Order: sequence, then structure tokens, then C-alpha cells
Amino acid sequence: MEYIIEMLNITKEFPGIIANDDITLQLKKGEIHALLGENGAGKSTLMSVLFGLYQPEKGTIIVKGKEEKIKGPLDANALGIGMVHQHFKLVHNFTVLQNIVLGIETTKNGILKMDDARKKVVELSERYNLFVDPDAYISDITVGMQQRVEILKMLYRDNDILIFDEPTAVLTPQEIEELMQIMRELTTEGKSILFITHKLNEIKAVADRCSVLRRGKYIGTVKVSETDKQMLSEMMVGRKVNLTVEKAERTPGEVVLEVNDVTMMSKKEGHTKNVVEHVSFQVKKGEIVCIAGIDGNGQTELVHALTGLEGVNSGSIQLNGEDITKKSIRYRNTHGMSHIPEDRHKHGLVLDYNLAYNLVLQQYFEKEFNQAGFIKQDAVNQYADLLIEKYDIRSGQGRETKVRSMSGGNQQKAIVAREIMKDPDLLLAVQPVRGLDVGAIEYIHKELVKQRDAGCAILLVSLELEEVMNLSDRILVMFEGKIVADLDPKKVTINELGLYMAGSKREGDSHEE
Amino acid sequence: MKNRKQIDFTGAISSIFAIFIGLLVGLIVLMLSNYRQALPGFFTILTGSLTHGMKGVGQVFYYATPIILTGLSVGFAFKTGLFNIGASGQFIVGAFGAVYVGIMFKNIGSVHWIIAVLASVLFGAIWGSVPGILKAYFNVNEVIASIMMNYIGMYAVNWTVKGYKPLFNNLRNESKNVAATAEIPRMGLDSLFPGSSVNGGFIIAVITAIIIFIILNKTTFGYELKAVGYNRNASKYAGINEKKSIILSMTIAGAVSGLAGGLLYLAGTGKHIEIVDKLAPEGFNGISVALLGVCHPIGILFAGIFIAYLTAGGFYLQLFEFSTEIIDIIIAVIIYFSAFALIVKTLIAKYSKRKHSKGSIKSSGSEGGI
Repeated sequence: MEYIIEMLNITKEFPGIIANDDITLQLKKGEIHALLGENGAGKSTLMSVLFGLYQPEKGTIIVKGKEEKIKGPLDANALGIGMVHQHFKLVHNFTVLQNIVLGIETTKNGILKMDDARKKVVELSERYNLFVDPDAYISDITVGMQQRVEILKMLYRDNDILIFDEPTAVLTPQEIEELMQIMRELTTEGKSILFITHKLNEIKAVADRCSVLRRGKYIGTVKVSETDKQMLSEMMVGRKVNLTVEKAERTPGEVVLEVNDVTMMSKKEGHTKNVVEHVSFQVKKGEIVCIAGIDGNGQTELVHALTGLEGVNSGSIQLNGEDITKKSIRYRNTHGMSHIPEDRHKHGLVLDYNLAYNLVLQQYFEKEFNQAGFIKQDAVNQYADLLIEKYDIRSGQGRETKVRSMSGGNQQKAIVAREIMKDPDLLLAVQPVRGLDVGAIEYIHKELVKQRDAGCAILLVSLELEEVMNLSDRILVMFEGKIVADLDPKKVTINELGLYMAGSKREGDSHEE
Repeated sequence: MKNRKQIDFTGAISSIFAIFIGLLVGLIVLMLSNYRQALPGFFTILTGSLTHGMKGVGQVFYYATPIILTGLSVGFAFKTGLFNIGASGQFIVGAFGAVYVGIMFKNIGSVHWIIAVLASVLFGAIWGSVPGILKAYFNVNEVIASIMMNYIGMYAVNWTVKGYKPLFNNLRNESKNVAATAEIPRMGLDSLFPGSSVNGGFIIAVITAIIIFIILNKTTFGYELKAVGYNRNASKYAGINEKKSIILSMTIAGAVSGLAGGLLYLAGTGKHIEIVDKLAPEGFNGISVALLGVCHPIGILFAGIFIAYLTAGGFYLQLFEFSTEIIDIIIAVIIYFSAFALIVKTLIAKYSKRKHSKGSIKSSGSEGGI
């Protein structure tokens, strides 16, 4: 069997850590090869070595049968290797076409000749079913569209080895489906694809073979058709993982959160539509209520209203029977509300503070840690050590670690630990497992169920259907700012749920319990 | 789990590296302008301040006082995520407050100087709070706002001093002398450094540095200010009043700069507010001092003394027919290279890695991956 790329015995060290330890990866022509591993397992490092961003200490790279030294992205490009980075590298105030040709513009006497480029781009997008408007500005198109532009960029450069670095992390379920289709088409056209991910479903869906890394070490390569999710997750995490959430039946107690007829207007200029329209619902003690919906249907705004980051235009919010519609964020935080925010870097953590300081971000002002305006450093340290041990938050230097240098999974664990330790009556969890690997997902799901069983009311906002189905006791579907359905996860299928989310099925307007 | 904090010396090391390079460049400049006198001239820069023994040392402390404070002002704001380029305006407005009280409020006895100093703090605080309010409520960049406040401050002070008779000495085109009771007492420093201009202001500056250090590192207030500086969104989400933090941060920075102005103009060394169209250089020197001191209050204290030491030594360069501007070049190069801290950091990391290469530790949980 002929390999188009062979990375043999690659070792790459960083100060204090071996990111890649003697890793071998072989990519066949025309296959989709998944690279699976937890956060921080060394997948991205390995791909950066292949793309020439890092030089390995040991090991050889053979491309199309010839040993090559790849010193930078230009070398990689010359060998036909292209990469779609996890965070897209696009110029936002350029058009799609300008972005695609950037760096290899066709010119005549130093003057841009875009016509040829446009022809080629249109041709490519038709051939691979990658429809985009070449004259749209990047800032105006969706994330899914931006990804297509990245793919077109690679195709425009005639790359035949395509690397996708966690391409689905930012996409909606529909967009993911489309991407999978595109990937399959690319391979039938003779392209070879390396697909970095930690989502098992996607591997099962598209990949031919899968190589697994764990903590910088190579675990093995398997044929996807001959394996199952359970085995893959075991290889990745190194132990048995429970993929379904186990939870006992629970009867919900009294109402903790009551949202009454809340309406919010769009803050964006020129938009007159309401982003949240007449939303009413309740969350009771001991239940997990999930708000499902495709991103951008008002969930973010609703959560901001609940936490106090934004005001509402009409309606009221009650926490434990008390009207908190106009209360400050601090008031809500200290009166039984905890919040695992959607964007952990933007809202959840002060990345340049150390772990200990981040763990008391919601409590530093309380008597336990504050004496006459002075921080009780010893109390903070003790508390941090307690949480680090209890929630198994791993980091380089314990409580002194700058949170920025921690892996995503451990950052999220820190937030979860901080919010749960406040012993809340209501826990708002917005996409709590976004971008995390199975091990961390299992852990966080278990914690949420544990909180529910302890009598906490949990409002979960999620875009992932599987998470919604697994975890919730009740599902509210949000579409275009309204709650269009109130469903029992046991009586509804994933397909039906998807239809509700897409707005093609509804249960009558603003459903109330 | 590691015990205690490991103190990070990279900042200090990179500053020392910058100083070394700066001095080297100074030597080269001296050689280019006058080869024969270069070495004695260079020696003078390094030791000139000590020529007159303890008096010289006292002079260094005297020169250091205002720039330590403006340095603290800039450094404090910087730690809370704000760039206070308006130290100059806050300085002169603070000086005005002090001079006004110093001239006008006679007959209030021994508290006169204290009232005058407090006036400088208050005036500086008001001047600093304006860019803070603009930033918090209207998202106006504090750099632009505080640059504007520099000019508004300078011209407003010139105009008021010139226009208000009781303040103005029109023979010399500057403010009148402050009352003797408004001068900062020597606090015993005159017997330690006989014949020099140093006064209690230096002690006040040192105490201010310590207070700023405590606020930033030990109090919940400092915790909030820094959190807002690092991540405004997360602070808001944590229930911190981020607007208030920004305003207070700029107000404190302004107060410290104002104090610098007050202490200098109440020093009793013949300093008057001159009616010239020139921004106070102490404000900009504050930026240099803050950078060299890596924005750490104690670092700033030493950086201020060091720069004052070079400046004082530089005066003697004239003996060798060099111009004193060479000192400015050296200081500029030092600041320039202190911005290279990152390079030095990498070099140190590389060196220490080579030292214990093999047997590198695989730390269990830390994530090197991207």
C-alpha cells in the first residue's frame, strides 16, 4: 500500500513537556485519516510539525516517497499540504475572492488580474459543491461559510493533502453534516485528508482509519469500520469511559427560576426584530431543563438576561420567588445563582490570573477571603488546593499556574469547580462541554447530574443534540427567539428534535407549562 | 504542589541587561564625539553623583522624587490595564493645586504644607478621573483622552497663573514664591545629606510606592482593579463594577502624578510654574521609569533612583565639554532595550534548558499542546 505521507518517529519537546514522543503517522492516498486524542494529547503539535511551524527534535517526514525537510508553511504548500486551522486565518475586511488568492495573486505588470482567479474559484466551488459568494466580505458570512473559504483556499493552491484541525468545533449540526459530505467528495476526487478531532461520532461517520494519541504518545492505528466508539474512547482516554449518562428518576421540587414573558430587543443597529420574544418557563429543584436550539436563536441573549449581563425590555425574572429582573450581577451571584458561561475565555476566566485567584473570582469579597479589604492569601490558597484536589484540576504549577497556560478541559473544570462550590440553587450551564474531550465531558456531565440529585435546579443551554437527549429531564426548544416546544426527552427522537430546532415543526406558539 | 511563590527575577534581569546595553551605547556615543575624553567622561556619568559625597546622594533622591511618583502613576495604571500617558498634565495640575494653596492660604500654620500637598493630590485625581470616566462610559481610548488632558492642563494652568494677579510674578513671568510654611519639611534628611535639596518628599514617595504595592497585591480592591485590566468581560460577569474600577484606577494614577507635581513645587528649591508652552517632562520620564521598573512599585522606586543618579552624574559631563543630552540618549537606549525583555527571557530559558537538558521532566498534567 502506498503512503502519501509518512511521519516516522517524530519527537517534539517543549520546555518541561514532551508534546510528541516517538509518534508515527502514515496517511494513504485518498483516505480520510482521523487523528484522535484528548485536549493536549499532541495532535495540534504533530500537525504543526507536518505544516512546518515546528521543527521536530527527532524523526523523518516522507512525502510521496521522498524524505523532506519542511521548514515552514511555504515548504508545506509546495509539497501540496494545506491546512484549515481551528481558528480561521482570514482577513475579515477582504472579500472571499481576495482571501482565496491572498499570497498567490495573479498579476500582470504588477497590477492585479482577478478575472482568471475568479474563474478558477467559481469552477472549484462548482466542482466540489462549495458554494460561496466570491464578492461577500468575510465579516458578513457565517462561520460555516468561512470554513468553505478556507477549504477553497487549499484547493485553489492545488493542495492534495488536506489537514482539518478540529473543523467541527465551531459548526452547527447541519453545517457539520455538510462538511462531512464535502470531505467525502474531496476524497473521491483523489485528495487525502487528515482530520483532527476528539469527537467520536464524526470519526465513525467519515474516517477510514484512525490514529490515536494520548499524552504525547502514539497508541495505535485502527480501521474505523472494525472498531466502535467505546473502543476508540478507551484508546484515547486510557480507561473505560461511560458514554451515556446514568441518572436516576427524580421528581422535581419547588420552582427555583421563573421567567415570565421576557422580551429583548436586538442591540445591533438596524435590527428591529426581537431576539427574545415573550419567553416564559420555569425550572424546578432537582431537574435539568435544557434549552436546545441552533446557535443564534436568542439563547445567548436569554442567558445574559438571566445573569444580569444585559437588561430585558419587558417581562420579569424570579429567583426563589424574588424578583431579580433589575438586580445587579453581584446580587444574583450571591443569592443562589451560578453560571458556567458559554465563552470561558471571554467571561469565565481572567486568563492572566493564576488558578487560585480564578477559583475565588466569585467569592474573593466574602468574609472567608477578605478581611477589612485585604485578601486572606492563606485562605485563598487553602481553598484553591481543596478545589484542585477535589475536582482533579491538572496544571503545571498547581494553584500558581497562570490559567492561560492550562488546557481547555482543565480550564473548564476550574470554572465548574468554582461555580458548584458556591452551592447554588440554580446552575446555568451554557455549552459546558464545548471543545472538550470525552474524558472531560463524562466528568462534567456526571457533576451536573450530581448537582441535580443534590437538589439544584439546572438550566442547560446546548447546541449538541446528543448532550440534550442524554442529560435533560425536560427540553425547551428555542427558535427565532421563541420557545416553540416543551418536550420530554423520553418521548421524542433526535430527528424530531432536529426538526423543532430547524423551525419546521412547532407545538403552538410560546409554550407555557 | 509547590510551596509558596517562586519569585520571578526575569524582569529584574532584563532591566539590568537593558541598563548595561544603554551604558555601552552611551560610551560609544562619547567616543564618537570626543575620543580622548570618552573614558573619563563615562566614568563621570557613573560616579559624578557621588562627587560631593552625601550631598550628591541627597541630590539624587531629590531628582528621583517626582519621577518615582509619575512612574508609580504610569505603572499602577498599566497594571490595571490602562496606559496613563497623561501623567504630565496631572503633574502640572497637581503642582498648580499645591502652589495655589501655598500662596493663598497663609496663616494656617504648620499644617499649611500638608493642605497644599493634599490639594495637589486632589487636583491630580480630578485630572486623571476625566479620561477614566470617558473610557468607562463612552469607551474613549484613555491614551487619546489623557494626551488631550495634558495640553488642556498645561494651558489652563498657564492661563490661570498669568491671569490671576495674586499668583503671578510678572517680572519673571512665573508663579510667585509659596509661603515658607507651605514648603515640605526636611524630616531629618538635611542632617543625613547636608547641603542637598532633598526633603520629606522623598519619604512620601517611598511610602506611596509601598502603599501602591499593598493595594495591588494584598487587597481585594487591587484584585478587582487588576481583574478588570486583564479581562473586563470576565470581571463584569463576576459582578465587579468594571466602570467604577476603571474610573478609580485612573483617579488614583492622577492623584499620584499630582502628588509628584505638588512635592516638586513645594520643595523650596526655587521651582516656580513658568509660563512656557512645554509639557512637564517629569510626566514622560514617568513612562520610562515605569518601563524600566517593569511596572512593579518597588522596581519603579529603584528605577527612579537609578535614572536620577545618571541624570545627576550627567551634569558633570560639561566639565569634559560633552553636552548633557548624552544622558538622555543613554536613558532612551536603556528604555528601548528594556522592551526587549522577551528576548532576554528566551535566552535565559534556553540557557537553563541546556544546563539541565537530558532528564527533562515530563510534568504530569501541564499541557504543552496547542
